[in-house]
Amino acid sequence: MATIIRINNLSKIYASGFRALNNISLDIRRGEIFALLGPNGAGKTTLISIVCGIVTPSEGSVSVGGHDIVADYRASRALIGLVPQELTTDAFETARGTVAFSRGLFGKAPNPGLIEKILRDLSLWDKRDNPIISLSGGMKRRLLIAKALSHEPQILFLDEPTAGVDVSLRRDMWQLVRRLRDSGVTVILTTHYIEEAEEMADRVAVINKGEIILVEEKAELMRKLGKKQLTLQLDPPLETLPPGLKSRALELSPDGRQLTYTYESSDEESGIVPLLEDIRQAGIRFHDLQTSQRSLEDIFVSLVKEEA
Amino acid sequence: MTGFNLPAVLAIYHFEMARTRRTLLQSIISPVISTSLYFVVFGAAIGSRIDQIDGISYGAFIVPGLIMLSLLTHSISNASFGIFFPKFNRTIYELLSAPVSHFEVVLSYVGAAATKSLILGSIILATAALFVPLRIDHPLWMVFFFLLTAVTFSLLGFVIGIWADNFEKLQLVPLLIVTPLTFLGGSFYSINMLPPFWQAVTLFNPVVYLISGFRWSFYGVADVPVWISLAMTGAFLAVFIGIATWMLRTGYRLKN
Ligand SMILES: Nc1ncnc2c1ncn2[C@@H]1O[C@H](COP(=O)(O)OP(=O)(O)OP(=O)(O)O)[C@@H](O)[C@H]1O
Ligand SMILES: [Mg+2]
Repeated sequence: MATIIRINNLSKIYASGFRALNNISLDIRRGEIFALLGPNGAGKTTLISIVCGIVTPSEGSVSVGGHDIVADYRASRALIGLVPQELTTDAFETARGTVAFSRGLFGKAPNPGLIEKILRDLSLWDKRDNPIISLSGGMKRRLLIAKALSHEPQILFLDEPTAGVDVSLRRDMWQLVRRLRDSGVTVILTTHYIEEAEEMADRVAVINKGEIILVEEKAELMRKLGKKQLTLQLDPPLETLPPGLKSRALELSPDGRQLTYTYESSDEESGIVPLLEDIRQAGIRFHDLQTSQRSLEDIFVSLVKEEA
Repeated sequence: MTGFNLPAVLAIYHFEMARTRRTLLQSIISPVISTSLYFVVFGAAIGSRIDQIDGISYGAFIVPGLIMLSLLTHSISNASFGIFFPKFNRTIYELLSAPVSHFEVVLSYVGAAATKSLILGSIILATAALFVPLRIDHPLWMVFFFLLTAVTFSLLGFVIGIWADNFEKLQLVPLLIVTPLTFLGGSFYSINMLPPFWQAVTLFNPVVYLISGFRWSFYGVADVPVWISLAMTGAFLAVFIGIATWMLRTGYRLKN
């Protein structure tokens, strides 16, 4: 897939002297859903703001669709729609008016039909003539998405799109993002909700303290780090592992009541059926078993801990 | 998309004008009332005791100064508020991320602010015509000074709006500098009426040149030669354009 955003050795040092981004290089591919995952203050918003032209970079360069964001800002910005993290809207302007304003700002001729479609897609059509100040938080969030989509961008940045949004709306939003991706829009989202990245993203980058720790296909990431565990509750407890089982990746808890087996979920060789057979042969008895898979969340937490 | 982002300029311009329309009553009635008050106090009460100045009745004499006074203050406040407010409520992110050039940003904000003060100036002129007999000797020059002043001081307002990072600062320049300079700039008197020393001091007040030129376009009399008035206004314009360009280029108080 072709690269649509290329970030080269990007650093940001704020006026306070704080280094918010440290030498970041990253390629975003056309048409993917890319999740930027990181704890508070990691630099996600700073990174997005630089690409969109809101924050000036200290070092490095960024190009969007082949256009440098500084030298060729018109062409690069015209490709981008941004939904900011904070709910920043006007107060007295109407919902429809503010979306039309955004479209004009991005250099597009008026298109009432398209704006109606966008507002309908985001369930805001009923509120079209209400002043923004009278909308709820979730509606404002959707309105910001409508504004970002008003000029038919090829790239959509969503800075924590589902913060403060209820569960059903979150599902709607995920669907919207998938529809956009299907229509060819590249989507970059930041999130604190790990399940969001897990559910949505094609690729995931983990960012911490201004550095990208990891960029990976989500499936690959899950495969690499997403080990499965089988836990057996033993009854009666076991004192030591029988020698015949030592070669396997088995771990016995100190009290001898729990036996844990860690394996790659995709690795057929390490299948649990033969293992269970071996355990039975060794005369070990268990009364319960469960399997678990490390979620992206566990992976993320352990990565960030490693860094610290 | 190169060249000129006309849709963006129109969008900002309309947005700014809509902001005025929401407070339409206030934006028309308040200048009408304050102008009427000026005429009651200065024109009727005091003016009846003042001789004609340069052969013009006092009531008519103060009209150009009154218009200048509100042109200056409203141009500044309109434009400064227009750009300060998005900074304040953070909607500025959208402007900063949009494919608009510095020139387009200045053009749309300053254009809207200047339009508003021109409407206002015209309302004041019309109100004044109800009170005193008006005469405009050089209508084209009158319109030219009118436009030039509105644009120049809307630009100053724009610069102030970017510079200000709180509401106090937004009021500071108009209140502490512009209003005193305007009142002392010969709105209500001819500087020839001052003692020689104060006449000399007054010549350091830039507003004198604006009012003098504007009054000349009405009655053909001026405190300073017209070409100096023109040159001074042009110089202001150039300085404010320079500052505004510098601010936008460096992202001064707009970007981190
Ligand atoms: N204008 C600024 N001046 C100085 N430091 C700043 C500025 N903006 C952000 N920072 C700092 O830069 C770091 C990164 O901030 P950023 O907003 O990019 O984080 P984030 O990953 O988006 O966090 P969150 O998940 O909380 O939104 C933080 O330590 C923050 O305090
Ligand atoms: Mg953030």
